[in-house]
Amino acid sequence: MLIDSLQFRDAVMRDIRAFFYDRNYVEVETPIRLKIPCMELHIDAEPCGDHFLRTSPEMFHKQLLADGHPRIFEVGKCFRKGERGPLHNPEYTMLEWYCAGADYMDMLEETTAMISHIWKESDLVWKIYTVSEAFKEYAGWDPAGNYNEDRFDIDLVEKVEPAFKKLGGGVILKDYPVEAAALSRKKPDNPKVAERWELYIDGIELANAYSELTDSKEQRLRFEECAEQRKALEKIVYPLDEIFLRSLEKMPESGGVALGVDRLLMLMAGEQSLDGIISFRSY
Amino acid sequence: MQSTIFLLGFYCGVLKCEITNLAGDNDFCIIRHHFERYNQGDINMYSASDLKKGLKIEIDGDPCMITNFEFSKPGKGQALYRCKIKNLVTGNTFDKTYRSVEKVNRCALISRDYTFSYIDGDNYVFSDNDTYEEATLNEELLGHLKNFIVDDMVVEILFHDDRALDITLPNFVEMVIAETEPGARGDTATNVMKPAKLENGFEINVPIFINEGDTIRIDTRDGTYADRVAKG
Repeated sequence: MLIDSLQFRDAVMRDIRAFFYDRNYVEVETPIRLKIPCMELHIDAEPCGDHFLRTSPEMFHKQLLADGHPRIFEVGKCFRKGERGPLHNPEYTMLEWYCAGADYMDMLEETTAMISHIWKESDLVWKIYTVSEAFKEYAGWDPAGNYNEDRFDIDLVEKVEPAFKKLGGGVILKDYPVEAAALSRKKPDNPKVAERWELYIDGIELANAYSELTDSKEQRLRFEECAEQRKALEKIVYPLDEIFLRSLEKMPESGGVALGVDRLLMLMAGEQSLDGIISFRSY
Repeated sequence: MQSTIFLLGFYCGVLKCEITNLAGDNDFCIIRHHFERYNQGDINMYSASDLKKGLKIEIDGDPCMITNFEFSKPGKGQALYRCKIKNLVTGNTFDKTYRSVEKVNRCALISRDYTFSYIDGDNYVFSDNDTYEEATLNEELLGHLKNFIVDDMVVEILFHDDRALDITLPNFVEMVIAETEPGARGDTATNVMKPAKLENGFEINVPIFINEGDTIRIDTRDGTYADRVAKG
């Protein structure tokens, strides 16, 4: 069983790499041990001596984009403190890629092409909802311009995601309220929402993408606001990553995607939890 | 610079502070602190992250049990702990989602040994083995177990505050057969069953070789015949 799942993973990883090599992406390696992890409100980095383990390779990939590497991808372990469950493991494999000149909808096209390439028998039909559409239909309110974090998170988990599960197949949830933009840019024609999507298969969230925020000043403000919120929640407040903020100044407009490889393997194998997919499950 | 300070003496656990100076130039410090067992040091509360299947908690004064538990974390959102909860008093089940910042009351449950003393209408009265204090349990709470309570039986009663919630009988009880069709002599097959009335009138299935006056052992957990102890 174990060797089967390892061979399965190996076969899928070869397909994933082939897909990106074909499209002239360069596979990169970036640090796993960081001085300053990415500041996000609800993602906590695992301490590692006087460093932290990365929660994603995002900060380094953007520095590479700024340094003139237009198409990059990386597959590697990321770590998130306290995330355990059938669909979570504190250590997991992330596929992350960036493309200069692209926006989030270009990245969507590439992501669905990649999934069709590695999962040929899937025959997925993709339905696209804006957050406003999905919440109005399944939760009875529109969070855009009327954001309430607790209500948003709880309704997403209790109402919207179960509806996606019932729909089955592939669903894209796009144009998040700007308060949940994270590191994505605002939509030029509707500043209440940000150019971000999440991709679901059978109700399971698989990937997150942005039209990347390249405005260093706005990014600094968001980090500062996030720092205040983390402080209020009595979470560790990471310092501002000045090197990252400086590099944003010369980063080209780009699209980026982060995809949970273990969950994709789980879905492809028809499993209900990561137990059969991760060979040494850490609890 | 890195230093670790241990503060001892909190009776609920150990507060551990770790102060890390990250970079020399801005004197930025990280202070990590946590109680070993309870995040806020409140011994009467669980953190949402302590919740798990089977845990007993108190909601609106009622003891409850988490019967199903799911960790959920939408996108960049907060960790949510989705629970199916059973009220141990009413038996009702309901869904409740906790956010990671929420606290949940612990549920103080105590179980003590009691001896059965007498029946008073619909109530079964037991007396505490140490203090002789009486505890009264309604027939409804006892369910099918009421049929296997015999004189001087020692039982374990689970209390929340002073409210009896549950009772555990010894796994086996010996009872006498009051009434049954005569068994076929020499037939010791145990897989052919017939109905029999116990001394208290309750009817169970026994093998056909069992006769009136026989003493049998019954498994109280499922209410089935276990074996014969003595012939009548």
